[in-house]
Order: sequence, then structure tokens, then C-alpha cells
Amino acid sequence: MQRVPELVVIGGSWGGIQAALQILKGLPPNYSLPIVLVLHRLRDQEGNLQEIFERKTRLTTVEIEDKQQLVPGMLYLAPPNYHVLLENDRTFALDDSELENYSRPSIDVTFTSAADVYGDQVAGIILSGASSDGSSGLKYIFEKGGTALVQQPQEAEIDTMPLAAIRATPGCRIMQLIDIQEFLLSLHVN
Amino acid sequence: MKLSSDAQFEQEVEVLIGEIKQHYGYDFSGYARASVYRRVKRFMGQKGLENMQQLREPLFSDSFFFEVFLQDVTVNVTEMFRDPSFFLSLRQNVLPLLSTYPYIKIWDAGCSTGEELFSLAILLQEEGLLNRTKIYATDINQKVLRQAKEGIFPVSRIPAYTAAYYAAGGKQEFSGYYRSNYGNAKFNSELVRNVVFYPHNLATDSSFNEFHLILCRNVLIYFGRELQERVLNLFDESLVSLGYLGLGKKETLAMSGISPYYNAVDKTNRIYRKLN
Repeated sequence: MQRVPELVVIGGSWGGIQAALQILKGLPPNYSLPIVLVLHRLRDQEGNLQEIFERKTRLTTVEIEDKQQLVPGMLYLAPPNYHVLLENDRTFALDDSELENYSRPSIDVTFTSAADVYGDQVAGIILSGASSDGSSGLKYIFEKGGTALVQQPQEAEIDTMPLAAIRATPGCRIMQLIDIQEFLLSLHVN
Repeated sequence: MKLSSDAQFEQEVEVLIGEIKQHYGYDFSGYARASVYRRVKRFMGQKGLENMQQLREPLFSDSFFFEVFLQDVTVNVTEMFRDPSFFLSLRQNVLPLLSTYPYIKIWDAGCSTGEELFSLAILLQEEGLLNRTKIYATDINQKVLRQAKEGIFPVSRIPAYTAAYYAAGGKQEFSGYYRSNYGNAKFNSELVRNVVFYPHNLATDSSFNEFHLILCRNVLIYFGRELQERVLNLFDESLVSLGYLGLGKKETLAMSGISPYYNAVDKTNRIYRKLN
């Protein structure tokens, strides 16, 4: 019996912003889980992503600071040029070590760390993107008993990332954005 | 819920941390665990070590192996002019005030392989301050200190460094600062003529001088909250009144006990000034 997720982690690259907005705009402001969003960004790009998500969703959106506590109903954005790890006390830890899959932040790094802390109570979601980052992280979540979801490749702006994720984790659930949103709403406890 | 196999691995690393302290004197107990666990796992994967016992054997019998481990587990990834806006701000907001001192002392804490140090030295040179500045460049790791002294960086990084240099307000031809040879760029050793390289462990060592500026960027993120507080107090003790402290872009004084005694000179770039 799979346990109910306590954390949602989402990864995407090219086309990932739009896809994430599609999913997240339907969530209530008091959504009962924390959501961590790792999007590949230009290296020194300053954070207007935070404004975009703050404006277009009903979730309170912040760019992650080191040692920040994970709180339900918050949308946490990975900052440019740092990997995002999670600590056992459910705080964030930033890391500026080597790029993974040519990326920092790397989706694999955050997904893996999330599964190390939350075990089987993580839902990992891979969206549109032109890289294979995230596929081994999603596999890691799945192997630990967590939930693995992938955006339907035909629907993705760039299907490289969803296809790589599906190849790595054949047991994942392939869903359209609207159904991923439904799934997230089904996790919400009022 | 955390899986028991993961909990067991973490427990083994905790034991290892204790053994390393006993055997080599390096104390990782205050380090942020998520990164330590990840780095140890990564190191074991790269070396093809399948369990903790296979790591411990060479680690405690071969001090060279330990040095490699140390360099890998304490992240030593760095670049020149990382966050150009930080260096631009240093140039515009800090150096003009430092120039009023007859003699300037700077501490580059956790200097790693020297990219930040050379960036700083270039800035000081262009602002006409290098000759009357002494920089103490410290790191926990002797191996990276030797590299820092050399100032040899891969030539493949030069295009990115050049762009960052100009974004940081660079005034010269960047290529004038180094010579390329066999895939490496060797930076002018005149830049570090007044630099003292010195092993120093932020987790255990104390204050050793007084400084007008302390740079410690992307080091505190690897420490737990308590150790962060210790290090910030160490910096506080080591700064002159009205001295400056520069942290990494995602590091802050806000949660620290010393915060009331500091002003944010540049909030975005995390540059603070000690109050009088």
C-alpha cells in the first residue's frame, strides 16, 4: 500500500515554466503540501520567476534560502546556480557543487535528496524539457516507493525530458497536465 | 517515511565523522548533513567502494587518500567573478571606503583553489589598492591552498571568466592578466605577491587578526546553523569597526545573533558593514 505523499517535487526545463503554471494555477492557496519546483534557468538570471508564479498561481511563492523550513501551501523555487538539497529536519540546504547533467540546479539532485528524507512519501513530476536531467532522480523516487509522474510527451513543448524519464522509469504514470493537476488536488486535505 | 537503509547509511556516516575527528582532527560534526551524506555517497560511487568498510580501510591507513576524500567532501567548486554583481558592488561600494585606510587587510576565508582570490586581487589592482593590501587566504585544505597559490585555471573557463570580469566592471584587457599554456591559463603571480596562504579551519580555529574586509562566499551553506553562528561570531571578532563582510548570494546574517550590529550595504549581494 503506497503511502500518501507529503511533498511534491517538480522538475522541468524548456517549456517547463508554462507546464508548471498550467498545473499549479488550479491549486488552492492553503494547499496542504509543500511544493518544490526545480527549473533549469539561465545561469545569472535574476529571479522574476518568483513574480510570475506569485502572480499566476494562488500559492505563496519564494525563492529558496539556505536553511529555510518547508511549510505546506508554499511553492519553493530553486534559485539559479545552486543545487537544492533537503535535510532530515525538513529544511532546505543549498549546495554549489559540480553541475549535474550540465545543470545547477539539477532536478536529479533535488529528487534524490527528497526521496532520502521523505522516503516513499514523495511525488515526483517531470515536465517538458530539452535535457535528460530528472530521469535518474525520478527513478530513485520510484524505487523507494514514491509516486512518479511524467507529463505526456505529445503534450510537452519539448519531449526529451519526459521521454528520458519514461525510459528510466517504465512504471511511472504518464499523464496530461490537467490530470496531474487533478492528482495534486486529490492529495489536498482541507 | 525515510527508508531504513537510508537511515542506516546516515548512521554509518555519523560514526565515520567521529572516527575522522579522532584520527585526523578534522571536525565535520557541525556540517550540514544533506551535503555530507551526498558527498560521501558520491565519493564512494566514484571510487567503486560498495560499503562503509571499504571506505574506512584506505581512509584511515592512507593519509593521501584522506586528503583526496577531504577535498571531495568539502566542496571545492568555484569560479572567477562568481556573481559579477557582487564584485561590481565591491568595486563601487566597498573599495572606495577601504581606500581611505593607509594599509588594508582582507581575509578570504575558504579560498579553495583561488579563483575568488585572483578575482579580488584584480579588482584591487585596478582600483590602485593592491600594493597596500595584505590578503590572508585560508582554507581547511592544504592541497587547494597550494593550487590557489599557483593561480592556474583551465583555459576552457576563460571565455566565461572574461564575460564575468567585464560584467564586474573590468577596466582592462582580461587577457593581460594571464598566459595560456597547454590548456591552462596561468595568472600573473604579481597579483598574489601580498597574499599569505594559511591553513585555517573555520569549524575549530580561532580569530588570528583584524580585517577591514572578510569574504566568505558559499562556505556557510555547508555548515549547520550552530556552526554558522560560530563562524559568524568569529568573523565579528575579526572585523574592525566599520569593516565589511561579503557572503554568498544565498547566505544571510538575518538569522544570526550578530545581525543587529550590522548594516546591509547591498542586500541583494549580501554585503554587510559592521556598525561603529
